[in-house]
Amino acid sequence: MRISVRVNGAVGEHEVEPRLLLVHYLRDVLGLTGTHVGCDTSQCGACLVVMDGVSVKSCTVLAVQADGSEIVTIEGLARGNQLHPLQKGFWEEHGLQCGFCTPGMIIAAYDLLRENPDPDEATIRARLEGNLCRCTGYHNIVKAVQSAARMLAASGKAPAPSSADRPRSTAGV
Amino acid sequence: MTSTQVPTDRIFGARVKRVEDPRFITGRGLFTDDIKLPGTLYASFVRSPHAHARITDVDTTQARATAGVRAVYTGKDLSALGPIPPGWLLPEINIPEHRALAIDHVCHVGEAVAVVIADSPYRARDAADQVVVSYDELPAVADAMKARAAGAPQIHSNAAGNICFRWSIGDREKTDAAIRSAPRVVRQRLVNQRLIPNAIEPRASLASYNPATDELTLYVTSQNPHVHRLIMGAFVLAMPEHKFRVISPDVGGGFGSKIFIYPEEVVVSWASKTLGLSIKWTAERRESFVTDSHGRDHVSDVEMAFDDGGHVLGLRVRTVANVGAYLTLFGPCIPTYLYGTVLNGAYKFPTIHCEVEAVITNTTPVDAYRGAGRPESTYLLERTMDIAAHEMGIDPAELRRRNFIERGQFPYQTPVALVYDSGNYAPALNRALDMAGYEAFRAEQAAARKQGRYLGIGISSYIEACGIAPSQVVGSLGAQAGLWESATVRLHPTGKVSVFTGSQTQGQGHETTFTQLAADALGVPMSDVEVVHGDTGRIPFGMGTYGSRSLAVGGSAIHTAIEKIKDKAKTLAAHLLEASPDDMEYANGRAYVRGSPDKGKSLPEICLAAYLAHRMPAGMEPGLEATSFYDPSNFTFPFGTHIAIVEVDIATGQTTIRRYIAVDDVGRVINPMIVEGQLHGGIAQGTAQALWEAAVYDDNGQLLTGSLMDYGPPKADQLPMFETDRTETPTPMNPLGAKGVGEAGTIASTPAVANAVLDALSPFGIRHLDIPLTPARVWQAVQDARARGGR
Repeated sequence: MRISVRVNGAVGEHEVEPRLLLVHYLRDVLGLTGTHVGCDTSQCGACLVVMDGVSVKSCTVLAVQADGSEIVTIEGLARGNQLHPLQKGFWEEHGLQCGFCTPGMIIAAYDLLRENPDPDEATIRARLEGNLCRCTGYHNIVKAVQSAARMLAASGKAPAPSSADRPRSTAGV
Repeated sequence: MTSTQVPTDRIFGARVKRVEDPRFITGRGLFTDDIKLPGTLYASFVRSPHAHARITDVDTTQARATAGVRAVYTGKDLSALGPIPPGWLLPEINIPEHRALAIDHVCHVGEAVAVVIADSPYRARDAADQVVVSYDELPAVADAMKARAAGAPQIHSNAAGNICFRWSIGDREKTDAAIRSAPRVVRQRLVNQRLIPNAIEPRASLASYNPATDELTLYVTSQNPHVHRLIMGAFVLAMPEHKFRVISPDVGGGFGSKIFIYPEEVVVSWASKTLGLSIKWTAERRESFVTDSHGRDHVSDVEMAFDDGGHVLGLRVRTVANVGAYLTLFGPCIPTYLYGTVLNGAYKFPTIHCEVEAVITNTTPVDAYRGAGRPESTYLLERTMDIAAHEMGIDPAELRRRNFIERGQFPYQTPVALVYDSGNYAPALNRALDMAGYEAFRAEQAAARKQGRYLGIGISSYIEACGIAPSQVVGSLGAQAGLWESATVRLHPTGKVSVFTGSQTQGQGHETTFTQLAADALGVPMSDVEVVHGDTGRIPFGMGTYGSRSLAVGGSAIHTAIEKIKDKAKTLAAHLLEASPDDMEYANGRAYVRGSPDKGKSLPEICLAAYLAHRMPAGMEPGLEATSFYDPSNFTFPFGTHIAIVEVDIATGQTTIRRYIAVDDVGRVINPMIVEGQLHGGIAQGTAQALWEAAVYDDNGQLLTGSLMDYGPPKADQLPMFETDRTETPTPMNPLGAKGVGEAGTIASTPAVANAVLDALSPFGIRHLDIPLTPARVWQAVQDARARGGR
């Protein structure tokens, strides 16, 4: 099947097998390997991407379901060399060790902060419940999200990058 | 991204942001599965659904005819390869033959039987489903206590009664006598359940054979790429080392599970050479659960003897260790030299005797899992200490304090072979008690109980043994390798620095810590230093990263190489300055005449001179680099006290961790941020063992906890913020004074949390419960206690 997907602002058109998972489309067809596969059962959250404004586990979405949608991956968060506040927060607070769960964690936190720019610790922990990290014990991930929330508040900006500034929709998921 | 700027006088000891992070936070990390080579084929394995069976036939006809399939191989096709050997031998050990692909006998669920190579991972998986394997099922046994019993199914013909080995340490007669005559003996059976490491990055390998050069390159998720090359090249594939390059790129967590040389890595390497093409395999999580090495799995009977004053008189331990269906790289070492030798803990045991029986079962092989032997011994000691404290009516903190090895007693010879170089245990305990507000907590606990709320506090005072060494000693104990580490430090003509280390990070932050170490020692900015690791083609040799050894051993190798470079730099600078080499000093990136800092040469000047070689001292070779193979003279011995404060909801059995306090002494610290991070993660994993995680097999050897949902690794909402502090007692055993921190959190936290839960349950008269203390187990215990009349 032929699909057309806007990923990190660039539109791509590809012929794909109907069974191809979105995560494999991103990784293998588009070469965007920042989105990881940690399980195949929707439990680890390493494959989170933003699809039409809502975070989805891309190992559980077919590429054909993403036809016509707009996707933001970890590669699309920074503006050039300007890191997104969440990326800065994870760096400054040592919110990552091996770095494998990190893209998914950042996307999950991105989703959270857009809904709730000032979450308390319990809210952050509850919202990251779908993302597993085996290295950090989550301590510094919580601090990283708090740090990013402070940065965003100080800048007065919403967390969304330009390519995802679209209304929320759950179409196709 | 700009390089990290450090606002402190010394980079050594500074809380520096990690230099590896920019690539990870922008999605530019390079993990094995991220690597794409032209024309790559994909492997999918056919695995045994049975725990124990004879293979009667493997029919690959249908699979070979499936679209996109290039080859299908079975165990018979690989029969010329050597079996995968363990890396540690004991005097009397029965080694089951471990084939990369089973030929006629499978011994655990998930064992690989055949492999399909196809042009896409999806098609490889399709075709794997078309391979028809006929089995004659055999009786299986997963539980070590059952496997060693009379009449148990015999798994391997060369291991009668499923006994892999028996091992003991300590003085049996003296210990028996101490226990016979002691006024008080605390006895307990303790189960240290099997765990599954579950690094979030699944294992992967990509083999690429180049027929033009006869070279094989293997990209693999490895904690020790040189060890992979050595064992695969020399023992399994008969591949000459100089034609075999192993690259371990970014590795997404290991925790011991990426030490072993796994069948899949062997198979894709062999198939790549056979077909002359690149072949990739990446585990699905369900494969990880049944093929990644597991950890722990001990059943121990412990007897701890005391005098009437609560002083320890002796310790007797009998442990049955489940090693799984085959031996792994460190399998024989973990329940012996990394366990029995650490049973002295922080205490003055006059005598100890430990017997271990290692049993083969129809389960996934057991290897190192974060702590590897030391969590098992620490849990045993610290849980028993708490039982003893309750039985004797002595405060658990006081009982520990009363038995600590004292500051003036180091170096301390334990009854189980080790000599502790240094330690100062009471201050860490006292600091942790202060942070916890111990006395105030006991009052709060008493008040809460009156309201029907059950709070508990658990103490764990641990020692760890890091950086197992020296090579001569480990060799005499059965290690089939040395346990040194290598480093090459190369200064380029412009003064920039490349550090090549045999340590291999899986998230520990080596690039940052080693950059800090080198930048500090050479007096250059961190941005002038690169750290290269994980590539047998670029690094002289390496023993890899496990056992919390990387800084104490690998870091010391870097330090030693830099010392050699500084010596040469001083000699060359002296020649250029027409000064005496004996008068030279090196500091802040300059070699200068002592007392005359202006009369000197900067490091870039010296480097350029070394490579131009226009004015060299007589006999000095051009260039400026040095290699060190650093072999420590002993382990290092971090220590500390962890305290958990929990609340147990009696109605549901649910435990909530209210506070977690950790005071650790890991010696000198290069980056406190990284050290704290290591502790956080370790505490999370150890807490998970205490409360949630367990690998559970049924009686047929089927893994019941084979998904992330069933197994239950902790999520963000199950853990608290951790409160950490440190004391600092440098080890005299290495030039850095650093001891190691990778496993301390896991080692200390399991007993701290378990003790806290049992402390909370003490009003019910519950003496002990085996971990994990799941809501179901706690709730049932409370119901049983109430039925018996407790509360």
